[in-house]
Amino acid sequence: MLTLLFDGIAYGMLLFVLAVGLAVTLGLMNFVNLAHGAFAMLGGYVCVMMMTRLGVPFLAALPAAFISAAVVGVVLERTLYQRLYKSSHLDQVLFSIGLVFMSIAIATYFFGASQQPMALPPYLRGQVHFLGLDFGVYRIFLIVVVAALTVALQYIIEKTRFGSQVRASVDNATAAAGLGINVNRVFALTFALGSGLAGLGGGLGIDVLGLDPTFPLKYMVYFLLVVSVGGTGTIKGPLVAALILGVFDVAGKYYLPQIGGFVIYALMVVLLILFPAGLYGRRT
Amino acid sequence: MTAPATRVGASEAATTVGRLPDGRWSALEIAFWVIPVACFFLLPNYRVLGSQVLITALFAVSLDLILGYAGIVSLGHAAFFGIGAYTAGLLAVHGWHEPLSGLAAAAVVAGIAGYAVSFLVVRGGDLTRLMVTLGIGLMLWEAANKAHSITGGVDGLSGVTIDPILGLFRFDIGGRTAYLYALVVVFVVFVVIRRVVNSPFGLSLRGVREGGKRMPAIGAPVPRRLRTIFTFAAAVAGIAGALLAQTTQFVGIDTLGFPRSAELMIMLVMGGTGRLYGGLVGAAIFMIAQDYLSGIDPVYWQFWIGFFLIVIVLFAHGGILGGLDALRARLRGRKP
Repeated sequence: MLTLLFDGIAYGMLLFVLAVGLAVTLGLMNFVNLAHGAFAMLGGYVCVMMMTRLGVPFLAALPAAFISAAVVGVVLERTLYQRLYKSSHLDQVLFSIGLVFMSIAIATYFFGASQQPMALPPYLRGQVHFLGLDFGVYRIFLIVVVAALTVALQYIIEKTRFGSQVRASVDNATAAAGLGINVNRVFALTFALGSGLAGLGGGLGIDVLGLDPTFPLKYMVYFLLVVSVGGTGTIKGPLVAALILGVFDVAGKYYLPQIGGFVIYALMVVLLILFPAGLYGRRT
Repeated sequence: MTAPATRVGASEAATTVGRLPDGRWSALEIAFWVIPVACFFLLPNYRVLGSQVLITALFAVSLDLILGYAGIVSLGHAAFFGIGAYTAGLLAVHGWHEPLSGLAAAAVVAGIAGYAVSFLVVRGGDLTRLMVTLGIGLMLWEAANKAHSITGGVDGLSGVTIDPILGLFRFDIGGRTAYLYALVVVFVVFVVIRRVVNSPFGLSLRGVREGGKRMPAIGAPVPRRLRTIFTFAAAVAGIAGALLAQTTQFVGIDTLGFPRSAELMIMLVMGGTGRLYGGLVGAAIFMIAQDYLSGIDPVYWQFWIGFFLIVIVLFAHGGILGGLDALRARLRGRKP
């Protein structure tokens, strides 16, 4: 039971890293980006390829996953995404579905349709015995990494100059630009940060979620879920939502395997109906 | 409904707003419907594909009703298509082989499901709608997947046998009956849809799409209008699904899947939204291209479809028919 809760929390933490970037684009910049999972997939593939082809250690491959996803993110943002900030949601949906399809096709072309194998380094495998319970080492690693990231993010958004520029640009882009903030640059950097975190999450998640070309579609719902349930404007909202989803998903699959993913979808519909603006919605 | 709307100046024709809908069939529309009839005689080897194109076209038009006319973004429209397909399929498997009543039953069941869902969809903004429709579609997929004993799960529902239509026309292997059956049903339903869209009710939907906040001010009950059209569109999607089940005598679980909802949206946008024929044209082009290209390599197909989608969104607003309209308006503008 406690082990299950622990696994759920680790899973939720992972979802949080994957989805927090989407919380920014979708929640703050109001862009329906269904292609967010594609950045996570990119990070995952970079991570796997560096480890298996180049023999780079896991811990060194993770930053590479972050950087490559962030770079691709900023390039796409400058060339394509920024043209659609003012478009209708339908256009954004279609555009990002197009990106998802392309990313799936590209991944299949280069890496094949099968699951990518990945071997964790020995020090992250196995179990730790503590208070009569078994905890997976990798799960602990996940929780620690994500907790550190969350604190760092909170600090960046709340305390740094860049963070206040982000908040200002999101609240009122025109006024922010009038005060001399380079809104375009702020959005590009934010987008890069979000995509990078997704890439990092993709790398971290290979062992838990698996990695194959359908990744962006398979987990799209989870990302959207975290953001729309968590609401926007805070770091706390998506984190709480991700933890709830993680625990419910793991518990649902353990206790009620015959109905599988049903629990999570039902939960999502119910939560969306009860809290149309998210658990911590800004707009009330 | 009468004359004054038929003479429209070139400047007004350029914007679609200036024209009041009338019930008349223009020569172009009639010519359009001659094409599928001609295909039946000219391309006898493509009747199976042809019937699938017709069915998908109807499905695309049903999405156009809620997306193009009412402005509701739905990512789970395949749910109703699947409900219709499974309704017709299950009826036939369990001993009810009459096709027309099967269609009606599918329409009713899908319509009821649509009515139930519409209450959830009407609440909230674009994003909530998107998520709710997506979630409901995925939930149904999971349900069909897990209820293996009823639906056949991922293996699909086979053993669908259908009696001859009206006791006269037997379904044959070459798809002759299937094609004509699909054509007649699609045409009849299309006529109904066309009537609905051009009615005052259809106009009020466009009003909601263009300015949801202003419609209540002139006394239009917005949520009720949206619920009505959502239910209607779900029923039409159910009919399309049932047609597919009856003509292919099989129901696959992919009828419910997210890719089908997404592809449908792509077809509609390729053809052009909010103009009925956009769905028909888009579905035809999409299906024929898919048949051609995915024969070469399914991965390329997915790449190119994604690519074209992005190009359409960025550069070719209004899809194929929108582009043609703009072209026509331009030509007309040039010669006074």
